Amino acid sequence: MNPDRYMAHNGGWVIILSLILAFMFTAIPLPDWAINLQPAWVAMVMIYWCMALPDRVGIGAAWAIGLLLDVQQGSVLGQHAIGLAMVAYITLKSYQRIRVFPLPQQAMMICLYVLLLQFLMLWIKGMMGVAPPNWFFWMPALTSMLLWPWLFIILRDIRRKFRVY
Amino acid sequence: MVVDHRQGHLDVVRAALSTLVYPLQFAVNLPVEVGRRLSETLVTQKFLIEENNRFREEHQLMNSKLQRFVILEEENKRLRQLLGSSIRFKERILIAELLSVELEPHRQLVEINKGFREGAYDGQPVVDASGVIGQIIHVGPFSSKVLLITDPSHALPVQVNRNGLRAIAVGTGQANNLLLQHLPTNADIHEGDLIISSGLGHRFPRGYPVGTISSITLEPGAHFAKVAVTPSAKLTQNREVLLVWPYEIDDETTMGAEVAMNR
Repeated sequence: MNPDRYMAHNGGWVIILSLILAFMFTAIPLPDWAINLQPAWVAMVMIYWCMALPDRVGIGAAWAIGLLLDVQQGSVLGQHAIGLAMVAYITLKSYQRIRVFPLPQQAMMICLYVLLLQFLMLWIKGMMGVAPPNWFFWMPALTSMLLWPWLFIILRDIRRKFRVY
Repeated sequence: MVVDHRQGHLDVVRAALSTLVYPLQFAVNLPVEVGRRLSETLVTQKFLIEENNRFREEHQLMNSKLQRFVILEEENKRLRQLLGSSIRFKERILIAELLSVELEPHRQLVEINKGFREGAYDGQPVVDASGVIGQIIHVGPFSSKVLLITDPSHALPVQVNRNGLRAIAVGTGQANNLLLQHLPTNADIHEGDLIISSGLGHRFPRGYPVGTISSITLEPGAHFAKVAVTPSAKLTQNREVLLVWPYEIDDETTMGAEVAMNR
């Protein structure tokens, strides 16, 4: 193996730390009115890393992250895993385009991705008979979209500062 | 997913992974916990004295009630022996604390800080001081997830305390509402009737209060009455819950009299 290629990765702990923070944000208790507004933190952070470092964070990593999310949230094992893996797949297919989009347009793409994720969640929940009661179920896509520009800038600066590549 | 949903062979995997996740949950819970500890430390002496007095009074009251209870328990046991039926009154109980973490939205789930290291098991009933809370659905080494009785996927065999009429209480997804299913329109029930767990599912012990009937709606044309029940347990306010081992007899304790304090 080429030693340069082997040494090429740096700052894996930053990725892991950002994901840990995303998990913690997901678990923060919220008042009742805000529960439906909870953005898909883990999905957003994962999409960012998929986009920025597609050779490091891929479908396998997304699946593992999703599995952990399932355990944390108490949903059926594999629910978030399959959702995040699908989203990661699409991100990997399209990262070259999304990267050069202006931020608002990027945010709209994120909205679509989170909608896809929510759709898969809804599908699985529906099959198990625990479908959500109202349309607010789709709200995370909107809040994720609104928060994406800030998250993107923060993660990008962190990535540059710690030279994660 | 199907395997996890239908058979539960993956519980081991889930339990192992939950060890990884638990530190996160713990960390999220920490600020809340610290805040609570602080507010406990910083209370005034006057408040403590008042609280102490209140507890003493309550204790006296409880004790006097318990005296009668002990006699009743003995009498009941004797009568049941005469009848030739057996019932177990003594159960092992353990206090668990809720973690303030957000779980899957749109489901009535909570996480508690006791896992199989403390002997918790899948399907274990969880109650509080005033009624049934739910049952454990995922158990990890340090923590477990409790499905509340108000979750739409939860059903609980109950009976009306007044006349022993059996029914199934199904969750609605709202925190203060259960529905009694398939009760005929002419069933003998009234608003305000106490609903207790019937123990028929062999999962929940018999005789824990579940709720009171809040409304009965008779719709013309419908075969069954729509009976709404308000849970008596404080599902959304509690910090501490009790794990119950219903079919394990602990000779040391009388039900409700002593509780294994394990904090």
